Amino acid sequence: MADIVLDKVSKRFPDGTVAVRDVDLEIADGEFVILVGPSGCGKSTTLNMIAGLEDISSGELRIGGERVNDKAPRDRDIAMVFQSYALYPNMSVRENMAFPLKLQKLDRETINQKVEEAAKVLELTPLLDRKPANLSGGQRQRVAMGRAIVRQPKAFLMDEPLSNLDAKLRVQMRTVVSRLQKQLGTTTVYVTHDQTEAMTLGDRVVIMRGGEVQQVGPPQELYDHPRNLFVAGFIGSPSMNFLHAAVQDGTLRTALGDVPVGDRIRRELESADAPRELILGIRPEHFEDAELVDEETRRRGMEFEAPVEIVESMGSDKYVYFTVEGERASAAELEELAADAGADFTGGGANLVTRLSAESPVTEGGTRRVWFNLEKIHLFDPTNGRNLTLHEGRAAGALAD
Amino acid sequence: MATETTTRAKLRWGLLDAVVVVFALIPVLWIASLSFKTPATLTDGRFIPREWTLDNYRTIFDTDQFVRALVNSIGIALIATAVAVVLGAMAAYAIARLDFPGKRLLVGVSLLIAMFPQVSLVSPLFEIERQLHLFDTWPGLILPYITFALPLAIYTLSAFFKQIPWDLEKAAKMDGATQGQAFRRVIAPLAAPGLFTTAILVFIFCWNDFLFAITLTSTERARTVPVALSFFTGESQFEDPTGAICAAAVVITIPIILFVLFFQRRIVSGLTSGAVKG
Ligand SMILES: Nc1ncnc2c1ncn2[C@@H]1O[C@H](COP(=O)(O)OP(=O)(O)OP(=O)(O)O)[C@@H](O)[C@H]1O
Ligand SMILES: [Mg+2]
Repeated sequence: MADIVLDKVSKRFPDGTVAVRDVDLEIADGEFVILVGPSGCGKSTTLNMIAGLEDISSGELRIGGERVNDKAPRDRDIAMVFQSYALYPNMSVRENMAFPLKLQKLDRETINQKVEEAAKVLELTPLLDRKPANLSGGQRQRVAMGRAIVRQPKAFLMDEPLSNLDAKLRVQMRTVVSRLQKQLGTTTVYVTHDQTEAMTLGDRVVIMRGGEVQQVGPPQELYDHPRNLFVAGFIGSPSMNFLHAAVQDGTLRTALGDVPVGDRIRRELESADAPRELILGIRPEHFEDAELVDEETRRRGMEFEAPVEIVESMGSDKYVYFTVEGERASAAELEELAADAGADFTGGGANLVTRLSAESPVTEGGTRRVWFNLEKIHLFDPTNGRNLTLHEGRAAGALAD
Repeated sequence: MATETTTRAKLRWGLLDAVVVVFALIPVLWIASLSFKTPATLTDGRFIPREWTLDNYRTIFDTDQFVRALVNSIGIALIATAVAVVLGAMAAYAIARLDFPGKRLLVGVSLLIAMFPQVSLVSPLFEIERQLHLFDTWPGLILPYITFALPLAIYTLSAFFKQIPWDLEKAAKMDGATQGQAFRRVIAPLAAPGLFTTAILVFIFCWNDFLFAITLTSTERARTVPVALSFFTGESQFEDPTGAICAAAVVITIPIILFVLFFQRRIVSGLTSGAVKG
């Protein structure tokens, strides 16, 4: 058990690639932290530096208060679960799990007892004498976890441990990982680029982009108060809608109509170097069928009318896709997100994704009047991605004073 | 219908296999047959000897010449194989796993050595070894054998090492192994088929060499069997040595067969399956 502190940690590869830049991160004892971000953003490199499999180019890494930059992996007392599982194919499940203990030169009896214990926790007991080749993907995954927990290390590192499993098994294993971590209370750093895992598993989530940390916080905080355009677009599924907004006479001209802004934002927009164009962000659930909104709520938002393209009824609510005219929002972040997520990223397109109540009588083909909540919208500066609605770490919508 | 085609296909394959095997084995069997014939029936052209005799074998083991050569051959080939495989394994591991300056050059140069015509090296080597007093000694043969076997060893072994997932080594390190322990307990067992394959190839190369052996030796001190065979005469100068040569040829094939059979059982393919996802 120990805390892990990254103090301005950077990684520069011999070919000049800077994979990780000045990462500051304090992981408390027993905490479950998720590193998430698009492919190539430096998650694995960060994890490997904590593990000791990659040298740290600059900065300091402390585990349990002790500087470990120059310590070999085996002297750091950390266990790691690899995306590929990396089971030793020539050893049985039992031998695989006993391997770290054998290296510690424990006596046979203790080893056996610890292996059996770990096997019981992970329901591997009947498989102990099998070879990895004769196990299913999920079972191999559990053996890899077993090998990590068996020696009670100071911390667990996991690099996309579930990404090779099919969807159903992944959900199942997610709960196994979560339960195991709570039960053992061991500090855990978990890398993923699946945002469902990021949102559901961790105490805190670290969002990375291009080797830099974008934002650190509990999942809900990242969802509600994204610090920048990248975080806003990365977290949430379906993703936040982004629209082009031109600043004119203290209002924002958008495809959904003129959006009024509050005093604080107006002041900010009046300064000399303020951007003339913004990106407006609205999450799908902050839309509602105008018919279903009561007077009280109606005042907090505004309405627009648009042609309905597709209606997906989920039972509990409806995902409705609208076509909207007007200029598309464009920013480097949005292109990057679209490139990483492919068709899953709906935020940057000409389509508006909304989540309306199931009672809404909306039908495909017609047009529909839709309300959206002005208190929940975000405004981003397209040049640097900063969230202008964020005030002292909280997002307060466009109208805030 | 389906079973019919498979039986027919099996038959076809079986026939083809038989042809190949017979084609490859007839000369060997012929020599074996000759080695059991008496001098009188040697040239009767019959495949199965009319009279069986072990005289030829007695003859070769009676001459000190052959036994010495056999000892030389076994010793020199084993030492050269061991050294080449160990050095080759280290070099191949580095080539497969590390990115170091001059890596391509190293690979290129070792390819160059493998391609170099050995005949053109014979006379310079002869001169060099005489100057260094290596001529007609074990090291005098072991050294050139290692030189020419190493590229072969490096090539086959680096191909094997590249197949072993690197994550396994990282996992071993995370599990608390030193670099040495990771290599010995995780990588080496998985590379074993590669090590044995390489050992067989190198051993056969050393065992069969004639060119170096005939130019770099002059006496029984280091003369190997292929060369000794060519110097073979019968018990007396005037006896026809064909039978004895055939017996010797059979005898020197045996170590190779044993060597291959012994290691072949360890060459189990698919040893790495199950290591990663799957
Ligand atoms: N040995 C290396 N030499 C040079 N560059 C490297 C090396 N290893 C990784 N990189 C680069 O460093 C960056 C970060 O890589 P890393 O493996 O940490 O990404 P990641 O976030 O884990 O991505 P993924 O989700 O695809 O696993 C990438 O741009 C990659 O190309
Ligand atoms: Mg990675």
